[in-house]
Amino acid sequence: MNKPGMTLIVKTIVRISTSLILLYGVYIVAYGQLTPGGGFPGGVIIGAAFILLCLAFGKEVALKKMSTASASILDSAGALIFLGVALLGYIWGTFFLNFFPNKGIPFHLWTAGIIPLCNIGIGLKVSVCLFGAFIALVLFRVAKKEN
Amino acid sequence: MLIYVLCIILFAIGLYGIVVKKNLVKIIISFGILDYSVNLFFILLGYKRDGIAPIMMKGQDKAQFVAQAVDPLPQALVLTSIVIGLGITILMVAIAIRLYDKYGTFDVMKMRKLKG
Amino acid sequence: MLLIILLIFMIAGAIIALETKNLLSAVIAVGAVGAGVSICFLMLGAPDIAITQMAVETLSLVILIRATISRDLTHVTAQKEVGGLIAIGVFMAIFVLFSTFALMEIPSFGKPLMTVSSHYVQNGLAQTGASNIVSAIILDYRGYDTLGEATILFVAVAGAIVLLRKKGRKKVGEKDE
Repeated sequence: MNKPGMTLIVKTIVRISTSLILLYGVYIVAYGQLTPGGGFPGGVIIGAAFILLCLAFGKEVALKKMSTASASILDSAGALIFLGVALLGYIWGTFFLNFFPNKGIPFHLWTAGIIPLCNIGIGLKVSVCLFGAFIALVLFRVAKKEN
Repeated sequence: MLIYVLCIILFAIGLYGIVVKKNLVKIIISFGILDYSVNLFFILLGYKRDGIAPIMMKGQDKAQFVAQAVDPLPQALVLTSIVIGLGITILMVAIAIRLYDKYGTFDVMKMRKLKG
Repeated sequence: MLLIILLIFMIAGAIIALETKNLLSAVIAVGAVGAGVSICFLMLGAPDIAITQMAVETLSLVILIRATISRDLTHVTAQKEVGGLIAIGVFMAIFVLFSTFALMEIPSFGKPLMTVSSHYVQNGLAQTGASNIVSAIILDYRGYDTLGEATILFVAVAGAIVLLRKKGRKKVGEKDE
């Protein structure tokens, strides 16, 4: 019983439910322009799934799923996607221009020009940011206690 | 009008907690209550009686949607405000943990007495 | 009517959270207040905000419990300062005065002004193609807001990591420069 993490019951439930939580978060991000949701709630839910892993299995398992280096790369990628889409509008005129001439059929998944791309960028940024903050709050405490 | 007054009472409770309480965790909690009350006030200002959410469904009549939808602008402002509130909470918890490491207590009065 | 009951429940939760002695109970009581706010948003026709509030509430509860647990519940000094009480009294009086003035000016509950928003509601689907008008406002009409919000989140997390890291911190015996 000296393994890190919580009891067997919690681990089994978390193993089943984490993939479902991740799927729900991705759905909320992807359908942000049609149904309630968007980048912020979806990102928070995806980050919460990783935090659940970190709480139930200990920080080693969670860091194996997403290391700090990949977390930093994904964080920068999310911010750069958002800023890049915003800057691309300058080619046609102004900052944050919705530059697709054809907005697509309403009530279908790939509509609304730049809004799905921005949603994906913000979702990446928010989820990885929250995971990084939680890791900072947990990891540095444990490292200090060992001294 | 009563509902605005109740929302302002919630705001006053948060303000009271920030000024009077001596425990750092209680101060963080008071900031959270202040945050909730301000967000709720914005959404209350944009509510239309018998309103529906500002999300268009397939096959909905557009004139009826325009007449019934609640104000979407405060919702857009509050959505960013909630996530900023989470960032503030994270930063304040980090500062509180750092102060606990330095002084060994959450009490603000004892921190003031120990110098250096 | 239901909203008023919910708001009274939230006020009771806030008072319990501030006045209880146990820190863990205080954190759980403020979680109840956040859940009440989320149900209020759902009843006021804002499902976007309700989802976000519920997720953020759960996350901040976890972070606060992580901060308070495994620390001794320190005995807080019970002495009340007279100056502080006078200050809060004056502060509250000014606040109540100005909020009374404000309550006379704002439109009554259930009748919003909607000067700019009516344009968004009427032309949002045709101009952006998104059927969720809130999403259209966040990412298309008011993209600068979202850019600033992402910056604030980045700065907050970077500040937390810098505050808590071990590298570059002074040792116990080391003197000040």
